[in-house]
Amino acid sequence: MTEKPLILVIDDEPQIRRLLTVTLEANAYRVLPAVSGQEGLVLAAQHRPALVILDIGLPDLSGQEVLRRLREWSQTPVIVLSVQDDGKGKVAALDAGADDYVTKPFNTDELLARLRVALRRSTKPAEAAVVHVKNLVVDLATRRVTVGGQAVKLSVIEYNLLRLLARHAGKVLTHRQILLEVWGPGHENDTHYLRVYIAHLREKLESNPELPELILTELGVGYRFLATD
Amino acid sequence: MTKRDRPNPDVLLAALQRDEARRQRGRLKVFLGMCAGVGKTYAMLEAARREFAAGRDVVIGYLETHGRKETDALAEGLPALPHLTVEYRGLQLREFDLDAALTRQPKLLLVDEFAHANAPESRHPKRYQDVLELLSAGIDVYTTLNIQHLESRAEAVAQITGVRIQETVPDTALTEAEFELVDLPPDELRARLAAGKVYLPERAATAQDRFFRPGNLAALRELALRFTAEHVGLDVLAERRAQGAGTPWKSGQRLLVAVSASPTSASLVRWTRRLAGELHAPWLAVYVEATRALSEPDQARLARHLSLARELGAEIITTTDDDVVRGILRTAREQNATQIVVGKPAGWRVVELLRGGSVLNRLIHESGPIDVHVVRAEGEKAARPPVRAESFGKLDFRTYAAVAGVVAGVTVLNAVLDRFVGFYALALTYLLGVVVLALFVGRGPVFFAATLSALLWNYFFLPPRFTLFVMNFQDGMMFTMYFVVALVLGQLTARIRAQQTTERQREERATALYLLTRELAESPDLAQLLAVVIQQVGRAFRADVALSLPDETQAAPVTTYFASSWVLTEKEQTVAAWAFQHRQAAGRGTDNLPASEGLHLPLVAGTRATGVLSLRFHDVATLSPAQRDLLDAFIRQIALVFDRERLRDAETQARLLAESERIGTMLLNSVSHELRTPLAAISSVASGLHAAGPLNPAQESLTVELDEATRRLNRLVQNLLDLSRLEAGHLRTNADWHDLRDLLRAAQQNLGRSLDRHEIKVDVPGDLPPVKLDAVLTEQILVNLLGNAAVHTPAGTRIEFQARREAGQLVLQVRDHGPGLPPGDPQRLFDRFQRGQAAVAGGTGIGLSLVKGFAEAQGGSVRAENHAGGGAMFTVKLPWTQLPPVPEEKE
Repeated sequence: MTEKPLILVIDDEPQIRRLLTVTLEANAYRVLPAVSGQEGLVLAAQHRPALVILDIGLPDLSGQEVLRRLREWSQTPVIVLSVQDDGKGKVAALDAGADDYVTKPFNTDELLARLRVALRRSTKPAEAAVVHVKNLVVDLATRRVTVGGQAVKLSVIEYNLLRLLARHAGKVLTHRQILLEVWGPGHENDTHYLRVYIAHLREKLESNPELPELILTELGVGYRFLATD
Repeated sequence: MTKRDRPNPDVLLAALQRDEARRQRGRLKVFLGMCAGVGKTYAMLEAARREFAAGRDVVIGYLETHGRKETDALAEGLPALPHLTVEYRGLQLREFDLDAALTRQPKLLLVDEFAHANAPESRHPKRYQDVLELLSAGIDVYTTLNIQHLESRAEAVAQITGVRIQETVPDTALTEAEFELVDLPPDELRARLAAGKVYLPERAATAQDRFFRPGNLAALRELALRFTAEHVGLDVLAERRAQGAGTPWKSGQRLLVAVSASPTSASLVRWTRRLAGELHAPWLAVYVEATRALSEPDQARLARHLSLARELGAEIITTTDDDVVRGILRTAREQNATQIVVGKPAGWRVVELLRGGSVLNRLIHESGPIDVHVVRAEGEKAARPPVRAESFGKLDFRTYAAVAGVVAGVTVLNAVLDRFVGFYALALTYLLGVVVLALFVGRGPVFFAATLSALLWNYFFLPPRFTLFVMNFQDGMMFTMYFVVALVLGQLTARIRAQQTTERQREERATALYLLTRELAESPDLAQLLAVVIQQVGRAFRADVALSLPDETQAAPVTTYFASSWVLTEKEQTVAAWAFQHRQAAGRGTDNLPASEGLHLPLVAGTRATGVLSLRFHDVATLSPAQRDLLDAFIRQIALVFDRERLRDAETQARLLAESERIGTMLLNSVSHELRTPLAAISSVASGLHAAGPLNPAQESLTVELDEATRRLNRLVQNLLDLSRLEAGHLRTNADWHDLRDLLRAAQQNLGRSLDRHEIKVDVPGDLPPVKLDAVLTEQILVNLLGNAAVHTPAGTRIEFQARREAGQLVLQVRDHGPGLPPGDPQRLFDRFQRGQAAVAGGTGIGLSLVKGFAEAQGGSVRAENHAGGGAMFTVKLPWTQLPPVPEEKE
């Protein structure tokens, strides 16, 4: 039996720390609580947690700063806790290297689901050559895309976009990250490209484009491809 | 908060300047004629009628029809302002009513006779100044002008016709004007004259025959034609420069005219202006100040010449040098002048020969690469002889009496000394007296002392005594030599003293300016600064000083600063306000409201006036050119410092604003954090129970309720925070491209189970392109509208959402099938804390006011109404932004 994964919880609110400890321990995780950004960084270096849950509204260091320092030496997945705001804090955290975010007040089921996805992504040894979600199959080696067995014809950009999302299935990609990757530098702010192409993709891939299930919108932040189970 | 949002002083300033520029100047059109009787007024009226017919707001401000029927008929039907009747020395004068025109604010105003001199006590001495004020108020003006009234052509006209014109208009008043030449061949004009169709003023009637000679008329006509042609040329040049070609001065020439108190200088100035105009060259007027003081009339004349040059567009430079030639050439080199204009001397003088050639010869020899124009200039000839007489003639009796007293004293002393020494030694005592006198008095009295002492010495001491006879050749030589030595010594001493005085005055000026600059720089705050200004200006110019500053609102122009040393009367305040509004000097010694007691100078920095400095001089009527220069320097310095203060204030304001915004945001974030943390705990517990293991149905429904309540509380907290953000004006929109369906889905998710009891029908066109809006605000709009509909309608009814593009706007509509809106004005629903009467539960009544605030923050609007088919309908309209092109690619 493998050891229970260690989760480092960095939050200055004792109630949230206690709550997360209870919830996580009930779900077969070990929890290491930290009160401040400084302490969190020290504990992260000492104990090498499997995942970090980080509140971006810490009193001592900003969430971005903790992320930046952590990312200097560690690729440990990080889930950010944020309050509902205009999305800028979330986007900044994601751009700084966070893997996912959960908005307070959060749903425990949702948090646990995100946690599982992030842990699986980090422990998965190599990328699969074929992404299989629902009835969609993306063969990254042959660049073939099928929906329910039917081959789908995609333009180069559409395919690049799909490949990027599918390779990071379950993870939030910010607009900026996607635009930079697919369209290249200089297009970081051309959000309208993204809206047009995502609409194309949904049209071609989703069984009901009005209620997308594969490509999910994170409003004001970016997109998330449905996690492969 | 992003950097872009923060108001910075530069942006504020730019906005101010844009406002300034929006207040456009009116356009001036001049109907120019060669002389009276060519039909200028008629032509002006014809043009005005055309504009009137085209629907423009044309008003006659002042018309001089001289009772001609055709002209009167043409004026009929055009609205006209009533005349102002001014009584002056028992005469009823008909005048143009400037204030009435400014109040009426027509688009186009007709003002006849541009060169007219206004009645005394009017706001401006000349009508052209009235017109300039109309232009700066944004009113277009049509006016008429004869060529002989033009300052730069007056001389030429006088030479042609022999009639000197008094009422002239400076060329600078016409720099922006458009000209229409009203031309009539001389023969026709003479025919009209013979038929009595031309009205001539009484005094000109006698000169009629001389003036209207065919030769004269041809010359005047040529003058008018040439002027118009030149002006067309200037327009082209101005156009080219405005297009940004940055055309340098065409000729690369720079003219310099030497101006003095000599009466001929005025025509020299005009001549130079004409040449400069033809060459499109900039020009300077230079006055070389000698150490010898000018008599009062000379000073006044010099001031007139310099202000004439300033009016005609010259740059004025005053320099000090005892040698005129050296002064002119030094300035010419410093200013890179390429041509010098000087007057032709009337005769030549012995002094010039002694000094090594005439002024002219030296100027020509020493000017090197600079061209020298020698121009025959005409002046008021009669004025010449008294000028010299004046410097001696205007006797200061007290000084002369004192001088006589001193000489008499020396004589008494000599009478005593006479017993001990010879009469030659006594001459030395007299000499000493003269030299000492020269240290205190001017040249005239010294000359007087020398003469008097020579005579007294001769009379009392030189044998034979008590006669003016001289006995032998030696004594004669002695006497003559004494006289010459006394004279030369006395004059030399006096001159050195005069030089010292000039030097001291110059030093005083420099010191005064230095002191002002230093004290201004050291003033810690505005109050101190203002006190320094009032004190320093008052001391330097021996005047009472008042400082007027604009009101906070800038509406009422100026209020006097309390620490002023001169309390302005109401009349003076009006003058100060005028100077502020028009950014021009006004009052005594200027062309604007000269009848007032003080001189009012606006403090102008850039395009804005920051205040008015008013001076009432203790003992001088007009300032000398040097004093005027110093005052200008003072004003510039003060204006600069004021502007700096203003910018600093603006910066402080902006910083305070940014700081308050930062604190506000911080507070909101903190409150938001405090409220949400317990909420997060509750929500987490509720969902945690669910996740922990299977629950029985009762427990299950309890956790659902708990979850639902948490969501609602969370929305409420969100609304309250949004509201306070909206209230505090800290709301920043962040528009980006979004798929409207994404926004709708997010809103639905946010509402969770609140919508479960309703059927939601969504109608968003499949081809609706991405829309540009603020996602957070728009989502909140949808959450509140949908939530509101769900709360106020019975379960099971339908809620319809529709989005469409309509007339350049994005229209979002939420319609329910409930009881409809409560009675009363539906738009009042958007006021805070209004709740539908049918409110079942929930909703503090701030939801709809937030909808309104968020829609307006994005430049949109919202309205509520009852749908014809029943139920309430809310319509939000947001500005539509056209989707920029997305690059195509092949499949």
